[in-house]
Amino acid sequence: MPSEHSSKQYELDLEAIRSKVLLMGGMVEKQFHDAIACFRSPNAIEADRIIAADVEVNHMEVALDDACSHLIVKRQPAANDLRTVMATIKAITDLERIGDEATKIARAARTMHQRGMTPIAHEELVRVMADTAGQLLHDALDSFARLDEKQAAELIVKDEIIDHEFRSVMRNVITFMMEDPRTISASLDTLWVAKAIERIGDHAKNVAEYVIYVVEGKDIRHTDYAASKQLDVL
Amino acid sequence: MTTQTLQEPAAVSTVPVTIQVENLNFFYGSFQGLKNINLDIYEKKVTAFIGPSGCGKSTLLRTLNRMYDLYPGQRAEGKIIYGGNNILEPGVDVNILRAKVGMVFQKPTPFPMSIYDNIAFGVKLYENLSKGEMDERVEWALNKAALWTEVKDKLNKSGLSLSGGQQQRLCIARGVAVKPDVLLLDEPTSALDPISTVKIEELISELKEDYTITIVTHNMQQAARCSDYTAYMYLGELVEFGETDSIFINPTKKETQDYITGRFG
Repeated sequence: MPSEHSSKQYELDLEAIRSKVLLMGGMVEKQFHDAIACFRSPNAIEADRIIAADVEVNHMEVALDDACSHLIVKRQPAANDLRTVMATIKAITDLERIGDEATKIARAARTMHQRGMTPIAHEELVRVMADTAGQLLHDALDSFARLDEKQAAELIVKDEIIDHEFRSVMRNVITFMMEDPRTISASLDTLWVAKAIERIGDHAKNVAEYVIYVVEGKDIRHTDYAASKQLDVL
Repeated sequence: MTTQTLQEPAAVSTVPVTIQVENLNFFYGSFQGLKNINLDIYEKKVTAFIGPSGCGKSTLLRTLNRMYDLYPGQRAEGKIIYGGNNILEPGVDVNILRAKVGMVFQKPTPFPMSIYDNIAFGVKLYENLSKGEMDERVEWALNKAALWTEVKDKLNKSGLSLSGGQQQRLCIARGVAVKPDVLLLDEPTSALDPISTVKIEELISELKEDYTITIVTHNMQQAARCSDYTAYMYLGELVEFGETDSIFINPTKKETQDYITGRFG
């Protein structure tokens, strides 16, 4: 870890931002976890609670953006501090979007609850995806907290699993819909949920990419970084 | 979405070199102020020297036109190649050297004479110009230093009557008037207000069209704003040298990072 700033206040300001990001990360992680639980056993009241909780995440995004602007204007951060602030501004956008995706899942759960019994095993279809995305999100936040670029690099590669799994879900629901039109509503809802989970995986991957930017100063977005690491990890 | 292969940052590249510093050691009596410095100053680029007080950045600047010669007991070893010659060798005419490698100091130092004479004084030492040619040269130099419109109606007033920022630009005009190759700026804005500072910084980016510029500054943001290359020095050693953008966004040495982020110590 880098040594401390000569200015204590600067150190405190940066630390306050870092811990708020992690708090926000914890919030969206819980939101996602609850949304998936709600999707497994649909419950309208729980779904409404999850949807309402997104407001707090949104407020957090605004507050953190503001804190970052203040830090920039007061301290003109350079080098790793600059990269931390840049990464934070980007990471909170991804976290906020994860909150939005979790809200979408909760909404699907509510619709399913209102419609009653589903004719397909919807929760089973997205189980692998949801577990993997949950793990990825957890690892992304963990690597952000500890600035662990190795962990970040590993999870970037694992995002492939989710993408692969999403294609498989799609093939499955298409089969259901072709075989029995009564499954169409539930199949579509399940597909939206799968898409939301897939997006959450992408956002977690983005956060991991920022970790690598902070630690190594390398911007690996839109590069073959993951492909080059593929052989080592998978 | 297109992907591209990750590239290492381009190595400090093929820009022509104006001054080449090789194995430079500098001594204040028995104290060694510079330790084995190797550095290229690139043509028509701005190179900033940064580092904490006493790190040797001003010393290094002062070796580039042998300003240290004025003080007994100070000596430099190694090579500073400029125009194909090692300027540290005894035979070098330091007056001609200093005309080619001009210097501007921290505090504005106008001569106690008129604005016009402040510029003409240096030119007269090296060139024999007619009155008309001299008038042209003074106007040209003051224009280069972005001062002409402010002083054109009071060229006979004393240089000391100008504001601090104007005085500093007058000193830059004086340096430019003898048509140097290189300008050495030793904390040129540390005694100036923010607006004058902006003007000098603007001036630096205009002057680099024609001149190689080296600037010593304590203001990190200034180095980040107006230089192309940055050298970080500490305790007489050159710790890191590279393109300014990479030094300020992703320095390779931890010491550099600690200094520019204010964690030094």
